[in-house]
Amino acid sequence: MNTRYETVFILTPVLSDDQVKEAVTAVHDFLKKNGANVKHSEDWGLKKLAYPIQKKSTGFYQLVEYEAQGDFIAKFELEMKRDERIMRFLTVKMNKHHIDFAEKRRDQIPQRENQAARAKS
Amino acid sequence: MADSEIRYLQPINIEVKKEKYCRFKKMGIEYIDYKDYKFLLKFINEQGKILPRRVTGTSNKFQKRVSVAVKRGRHIAVLPYVADMLK
Repeated sequence: MNTRYETVFILTPVLSDDQVKEAVTAVHDFLKKNGANVKHSEDWGLKKLAYPIQKKSTGFYQLVEYEAQGDFIAKFELEMKRDERIMRFLTVKMNKHHIDFAEKRRDQIPQRENQAARAKS
Repeated sequence: MADSEIRYLQPINIEVKKEKYCRFKKMGIEYIDYKDYKFLLKFINEQGKILPRRVTGTSNKFQKRVSVAVKRGRHIAVLPYVADMLK
């Protein structure tokens, strides 16, 4: 029975755009290769950090939500520790309240996007 | 003169006791998200410290979830560990 996890990771701002995409696809491929199916992934782009990490004050935030076996997480975190592009990551197990919160939040994203579009237009 | 009653410069206002309530129980929120820091800012003071229950009035069960969420938020640099004039 695989449980639902949510991982937020931050990439160093030094990377160019395609390096960021490459890093994200590397994570997604690692997830797929080891039998975790990705439910949802978000890119929050470049954001200011509340305190400097590794002497950097901004970072690319990525969120990925997936279903996996329990023992997969140790491998995944080891992989992320090895990757220097990832400055920091946090994996959280999702209970049922968290899951339906995430689903509700996912439906709101299109509304937020077209709100922003409407605001811009 | 001794029995002249004490006159105050201005009327003393009795602090009306505002009944505190746990906002999570009242609004039926079940999950506190560690990513949405605008909501968590309500639970930390200017220096970034977590506010005690007696100030925010939250119940014990949700105060624990708030502190877990704030600590996770601090880990992913969404909230500061130490801040000055955060608000």
